[in-house]
Amino acid sequence: MFDLYTRRRITNLVSLGISVLTMAFGLFWLGWILWTLLAYGLPHLSLSVFTQTTPPPGSTGGLVNAIFGSLMMTGLGVLIGTPIGILAGTYLAEFGQRGWLAPLTRFINDVLLSAPSIVIGMFVYEVYVVKVGHFAGWGGAFALAIIVIPVVIRTTENMLRLVPNSLREAAAALGAPQWKIINFVTLRAARAGILTGILLAVARVSGETAPLLFTALNNQFWSSNMNQPMANLPVVIFQFAMSPYDDWQSLAWAGALLITVSVLTLNILARVLFRQQSTHH
Amino acid sequence: MHAETATPNPKLIVKDLNFFYGKERALKDINLTIPEKMVTAFIGPSGCGKSTLLRTFNRMYQLYPKQSATGEVLLDGQNLLDKKQDLNMLRAKIGMVFQKPTPFPMSIYDNIAFGVKLYEKLSRNEMDERVEWTLKKAALWNEVKDKLKQSGTGLSGGQQQRLCIARAIAVKPQVLLLDEPTSALDPISTANIEKLVDELKQDFTIVIVTHNMQQAARISDFTAYMYLGELIEFGDTSTVFTNPKRKETEDYITGRFG
Amino acid sequence: MPTFLQEASHKRQALLDILFRNLTRLAAFTVLALLGAIIASLIVGSMPAIHAFGFGFITSSEWNPVTDQYGAWIPIVGTLITSGIALLIAIPVSFGIAVFLTELSPRWLRRPLGIAVELLAGIPSIIYGMWGLFVFAPLFADHVEPWLNDHIGTWPLLGPFFSGPPMGIGMLTAGIILSIMVIPFIASVMRDVFDVVPPMLKESAYGLGATTWEVMRNVVLPYTKIGVVGGIMLGLGRALGETMAVTFVIGNAHELNKSLLMPGNSISSALANEFTEAVGELYTSSLIELGLILFFITFVVLSLARLMLFKLAKSEGRGA
Repeated sequence: MFDLYTRRRITNLVSLGISVLTMAFGLFWLGWILWTLLAYGLPHLSLSVFTQTTPPPGSTGGLVNAIFGSLMMTGLGVLIGTPIGILAGTYLAEFGQRGWLAPLTRFINDVLLSAPSIVIGMFVYEVYVVKVGHFAGWGGAFALAIIVIPVVIRTTENMLRLVPNSLREAAAALGAPQWKIINFVTLRAARAGILTGILLAVARVSGETAPLLFTALNNQFWSSNMNQPMANLPVVIFQFAMSPYDDWQSLAWAGALLITVSVLTLNILARVLFRQQSTHH
Repeated sequence: MHAETATPNPKLIVKDLNFFYGKERALKDINLTIPEKMVTAFIGPSGCGKSTLLRTFNRMYQLYPKQSATGEVLLDGQNLLDKKQDLNMLRAKIGMVFQKPTPFPMSIYDNIAFGVKLYEKLSRNEMDERVEWTLKKAALWNEVKDKLKQSGTGLSGGQQQRLCIARAIAVKPQVLLLDEPTSALDPISTANIEKLVDELKQDFTIVIVTHNMQQAARISDFTAYMYLGELIEFGDTSTVFTNPKRKETEDYITGRFG
Repeated sequence: MPTFLQEASHKRQALLDILFRNLTRLAAFTVLALLGAIIASLIVGSMPAIHAFGFGFITSSEWNPVTDQYGAWIPIVGTLITSGIALLIAIPVSFGIAVFLTELSPRWLRRPLGIAVELLAGIPSIIYGMWGLFVFAPLFADHVEPWLNDHIGTWPLLGPFFSGPPMGIGMLTAGIILSIMVIPFIASVMRDVFDVVPPMLKESAYGLGATTWEVMRNVVLPYTKIGVVGGIMLGLGRALGETMAVTFVIGNAHELNKSLLMPGNSISSALANEFTEAVGELYTSSLIELGLILFFITFVVLSLARLMLFKLAKSEGRGA
């Protein structure tokens, strides 16, 4: 009996030890990747990165056109995707008790949430780029919007469901019509949570490369014309990193650091914000 | 049914027990002796600490941070709250059944065998015998003997709870802790469990927490009335129910309070 | 007059109600329309390739822009192999992390560690690719692959899979990097489903004197089985469609090798590399058909994942 018990305790200790190791394993990669970015990116992160446009091979330059393009396309993508996402999320949470549309939408949305983004790029290429005949910033914005929508729908629905029913009932008891209840009471109560979702969506799309490859492509020069090919950080990083030129690779690392820092900051911000909201209620 | 001998053997002795949820003191200087092979009931309004007291006996509270106990709980003279006391071995000696039936997600047979395998290496035959012995003890054998391989979650609520009792006694503990075991059951299942408890006290020391005073009166030999973390009154059940010493106990029992 | 006004405003409100409801319904419908449009455009786009190659497209390993002969076999196999390697590593690691986060970690550490794991999912995939190509692959080529060659490479059955020139890039590297990328997804689903196990069920097992490991292995894992498999499928869905990281490190060679150390190709990296440069209708169309196949596979996998997680949530609601 003692023997069996000792064996059980050893099994327990060993497995729990392995569990600790797996946790360390996960953190190890995170640390290693972040350290790499700092080590390779920080030395190349100079002021010119923010003031000069992407250079031809062999000369110095910056990333300002790519940063601008990324901001434009991410911003427009979120602007297009967010209203649709919030409205659809509202439908799922507030009107979706009956019928087939809500469960089906919820299901499809969850699938789209993890759908390969490169396929979304191909889709926009097929229906937009081919039709207008050239790559364009708008295409990138559309592709990003399609990625934004499911993220926002998901969080909007979840956050609206956290709003207690008593709040809706209280508003209804005052005789308020449903559209007012939703717009002025429930959506407002879920405000911070929905904002969290939008931030997460921004974080999600700002690093997306694959859908931009086939839509916005790249532009070596400063361009704010959304109807023309547009530079953006991820694609520039991709092309520069894969290039044989040292200058380009250095810029790619600087860009990689920039993009990671902003994405991770957005991620943390979103969580802190959500936590604040959930402790308030 | 009630204790006729004047001095039953003490099994568990609680000495100056205090319990804390963080800084909040949930049990206050509890002193109590639980007699061997009898049924002791803890009663009192909800939040009085009766479940908390029960959960100190197998140190279940240790699963949660910020919960702690001071004082002593002696099992046959050995302090269970001692840091050196091995938890798993302690729990082999003290079995527990919960408010709701909690069959494990495995077959009826494996539900019983799970605990046994933790402590004993039995051959296939021995294990079969042990399962049968246990299920008979728990008055469940006739109902499940043809479906031992089926999932334990497929049984009715009352059967599930008897399965949980069987699972607890399969490892042959000395003490059986029952935490409101019938609160989720219908009257017929409740009656079955009560009958079972009465039979089991031949082999086990039983401590039962109940919110149902009639139940305490029906099945227990000793009763402890608790209120706001304090032990108000403890004595043999007939005395506590017919001739309580304290006014608070009387108020609670006669339904004027709680 | 006041009642008349009230009635008018009442009617207006009712109208606005209907309007608003239909607006949200339209938005919900947009999601379905989007999915329909994606599938339709992919099918239309791949029609020329479907006409030209039929079902043979899937089983042919030919990929020759010069002769205009295309087949999907190599990228399909590459996608499945890299995702398979990723799961092989990610499943046990994720389980360990979930166990740590739900059972072992001190309470104050749970949140920061949980966030750290989720940040791993937040790092853009292109970063994984760069890091993989410039940092991980050279180290892997110098230190790990020679060892694999010398030790496992000589084994009778497993050997051929692990022998070959130590180049750093290849299927194995892609699989390892994919595994790091899907660990956070699988681990957080596992953690979430472990968290919903009723405390009383765990206490019953602890009450019998079971150790933490025994409780996890024999009670928590069987109880959450469907959810755990759902989480794994979710991770698989991610791994299958992952593009940039794989593109950097898989080697982009259109060939099928027994050795996992050799370069290969996956559907998504073939698309990323060739789509914008493809000339000719059949070439483009073949790539679109590859995209269609990828979308179909991930759609099925992700649907199964959702169905399983949904099933667990439902049985949870009933109160097991």
